[in-house]
Amino acid sequence: MNSNLTLTFSLMDPPYENARSTTAFRLIEAALRKGFHVNVFAYEGAVALPFLQQRAHANAVHGRDVEQEEHPLPHQWVQSLMRLAEEKGLQLQWVNCGLCVDERGVDQAVSGVRRGTPGDLWQFAQQSVNTLIIPAS
Amino acid sequence: MKCLQVVETAYRATLEEQDDPVVWICHAMKGAGADLGVLLRSGAVNYAVTGQDPSGLAFGDWAQKHPPDLQGDLRALMEKRVPVYLVMEDAMERGLDPETLLEGIQLLSWSEVPALMEDYDQVWHW
Repeated sequence: MNSNLTLTFSLMDPPYENARSTTAFRLIEAALRKGFHVNVFAYEGAVALPFLQQRAHANAVHGRDVEQEEHPLPHQWVQSLMRLAEEKGLQLQWVNCGLCVDERGVDQAVSGVRRGTPGDLWQFAQQSVNTLIIPAS
Repeated sequence: MKCLQVVETAYRATLEEQDDPVVWICHAMKGAGADLGVLLRSGAVNYAVTGQDPSGLAFGDWAQKHPPDLQGDLRALMEKRVPVYLVMEDAMERGLDPETLLEGIQLLSWSEVPALMEDYDQVWHW
């Protein structure tokens, strides 16, 4: 696989709402494992995916405390994908739509995530072999 | 690179956003130099209906000053030379009168959509 190839993903769903988000993360991981550089443009609710203030919680229904529950946190998934990209010598660029961040007050993102505009999405798309839009519905 | 934006999801948070997020991002990307076309399908064909008036939203002493103007946003896109297409069958299914649709929108039948897509390097489906 040519590691110079880049794929762009545009995500739109917020965390904890839809299985599309998990599927998107799986696709991004698969792309990295196959040697692609990956660009992500998070639009609308998806800007909350790398939000650092997400907190794990206990789950009484499951009968587990907070440590036992190990509740999934999407910002940790983003961090994990960033580490995977680094280990493989690939670029994972993640841009959050700045206006969407402001609307939601989710401006504390994990390291490596930057604020941007739709112009970044267009630039990403031009640099990529293809772009996958994963819209909300 | 030419890119066709297919809009299917309609009225997604248009009152909160005061626009449609996909139409909005088309305006923003056009400003960044993108070469775009827009195809309205499914419920989004209703964006082309003129005379929509979503004004009047109010909660307590808060009243919305700038309601969405979806047909105006589409008209502005066309003024920026972004062609806007609409799937005719989807409009007919919804009982939309072609006379009420925004002037300048190009009506296509589903059988013409593949040829339209052939004119673009990428198709983004929202």
